[in-house]
Amino acid sequence: MTETIEQTAAERYRARPLTRVQRLRRLLHRHPGISPTVVLLGSVISFWLINDRFLLPANLSLILQQVAIIGALAVGQTMIVLTAGIDLSVGAIMIFVTMVMGTLAGELGVPGVLAFVVGAAVGAAAGLVNGILVAYVKLPPFIVTLGTLGVFTALALLMSGGRSIRGDVLGSFLTWTATPVGLGPFNLTVGVLLVLLMYAGVAFALSQTSWGRHVYAVGNDPAAARLAGIRVRAVLLSVYVSAGVVFAFAAWVLIGRVGAATTNSAVDANLDSITAVVIGGTSLFGGRGRVLGTLLGALIVGVFRNGLALARVDVLWQTFAIGVLIIAAVSLDQWIRRTGAQR
Amino acid sequence: MNDTSMATDAPRLSARGLVKTYGPVVAIDGVDLDLYPGEVLAVIGDNGAGKSTLIKCLTGAEIPDVGTLKVEGRSVHFRNPQDAQAAGIETVYQQLALAPALDIASNIFLGRERRRPGLVGKVTRGLDHRAMREFAEAKISELGIQTLQDITQLVETLSGGQRQAVAVARAIAFGSRVVVLDEPTAALGVRETAQVLDVIRRLREQDVSVILISHNMPNVFDVADRIHVQRLGRRAAVVTPETHTPADAVAIMTGAAPGDSGDGGEEGALP
Ligand SMILES: Nc1ncnc2c1ncn2[C@@H]1O[C@H](COP(=O)(O)OP(=O)(O)OP(=O)(O)O)[C@@H](O)[C@H]1O
Ligand SMILES: [Mg+2]
Repeated sequence: MTETIEQTAAERYRARPLTRVQRLRRLLHRHPGISPTVVLLGSVISFWLINDRFLLPANLSLILQQVAIIGALAVGQTMIVLTAGIDLSVGAIMIFVTMVMGTLAGELGVPGVLAFVVGAAVGAAAGLVNGILVAYVKLPPFIVTLGTLGVFTALALLMSGGRSIRGDVLGSFLTWTATPVGLGPFNLTVGVLLVLLMYAGVAFALSQTSWGRHVYAVGNDPAAARLAGIRVRAVLLSVYVSAGVVFAFAAWVLIGRVGAATTNSAVDANLDSITAVVIGGTSLFGGRGRVLGTLLGALIVGVFRNGLALARVDVLWQTFAIGVLIIAAVSLDQWIRRTGAQR
Repeated sequence: MNDTSMATDAPRLSARGLVKTYGPVVAIDGVDLDLYPGEVLAVIGDNGAGKSTLIKCLTGAEIPDVGTLKVEGRSVHFRNPQDAQAAGIETVYQQLALAPALDIASNIFLGRERRRPGLVGKVTRGLDHRAMREFAEAKISELGIQTLQDITQLVETLSGGQRQAVAVARAIAFGSRVVVLDEPTAALGVRETAQVLDVIRRLREQDVSVILISHNMPNVFDVADRIHVQRLGRRAAVVTPETHTPADAVAIMTGAAPGDSGDGGEEGALP
């Protein structure tokens, strides 16, 4: 018997020879972590080819330190974007908390640990304000945080009166995040490790706990989540409050990095944190994405800024490049997602 | 089912004078409902007759403007669906209420995820993915939806009927006292519909009460013990398959025959 097994039309279609591009697209769709990783590696290699100092451990360490602030803010931003929200006030909350900690420790002589605890509480309270306005008053997150961006910025400026508080009066605890940590040839800081720890913690909470599931469900479809028995408003509130605490940790890292409590630092941190989230593949419509993608996104932004600076590209052109990068990353993401149904 | 045993039991779920309005629209207008232990109560009515609104008021999805609700004789006020779930009432809503970007197992356990056993689960609060998957698989196969092959498939990639099966599996898995199904078979095939009806009968054997909303008269008359006919926001009648034919029920439903809410032997059970 030499009877050949008949294929159905669909089986023939599926067995059709795929072009390389199709195969690649399918692979990228199945493993959403690949494309940001490839972009990261690609940009690292390109910048290394332009300037071989780029890959020196000292420079890579510097990138990590530079990216720590944006990275820390982006952790909280990811949680909020997953609920289909957006937070324009992340940088303002961080600066405000910085000034609270700095004023308490540097001017009122409060012990550093206590100043940090009060700062974290202020961060949580700021998140609570955003959360109540979003979850209970039901205003759009964009409007709420546009408003609180102004409010928290003004509070920080009023508090500082235009002065910076130097690191040497802040005490050892608040500047502890600047402490160098040698890892082989790399020269990291406590702050960098702290940020990596936050990523690990939030990644676990989002993917391995029921709270994480609820965050995704609320971002997906709040009405459905409510009918499924999820306390939607409580979940939203918890997200904004914990993001506020994350921003307080970012403030701590910032004090270490700048070596002072000042309102003049990290001015474009707001938009950069959103950039990191978007490049990392999290959907602004909520319910889709991963915090580890955001880590890659933040690294990509850091690598671009640093690499372009090393290549002596003007700061304005750096901003230009980041802009192009955002659009390119999102287009790539869309292109990959269009294969969604073809498994 | 015989009426006498039912009349002697106290209702498991009992609603009196439920009113729900949406601005100028009166969705339900003073509806009473009694659901006895281990019975299947069908709710039928034309589109817009207030069936979905009625069950939303019974399950915490909506708060009635007026009216009282009792579970096992005790007054309750459900503020949200969890309150009803805590009272052992599970619901498949007409719009299904699934999270499209989560997989089937996650959707079945949405809102009551299972944690890892022992100290690990307590400290880390980590989820027991394996146990949830196995349980979800068992519940899905109970419904006989063989086209669902992969429990980790995202719900947004499922067909309409498959989604409905996931929602039904979720309700029957956790409903301990009452399972409410709002048109659970509307998108299902013939075989899958038969499976759902079987599951409803099995629930009744396990002393779970079922409220079934359906437009399919043969199904309703096949499985229901009593039939609540909803018309223009009011209860037009309660009939039984023994005393009425499908044609009678449709006549009441459309207003061709007068309704009588005292029908079906229900008044005898009023407290
Ligand atoms: N959220 C709402 N806002 C305004 N009106 C509503 C709302 N929900 C229901 N209604 C109105 O209430 C009435 C009853 O609706 P309901 O959904 O209970 O009908 P139904 O009997 O379930 O109909 P169907 O068989 O089509 O599912 C309708 O007139 C509907 O327009
Ligand atoms: Mg309905």
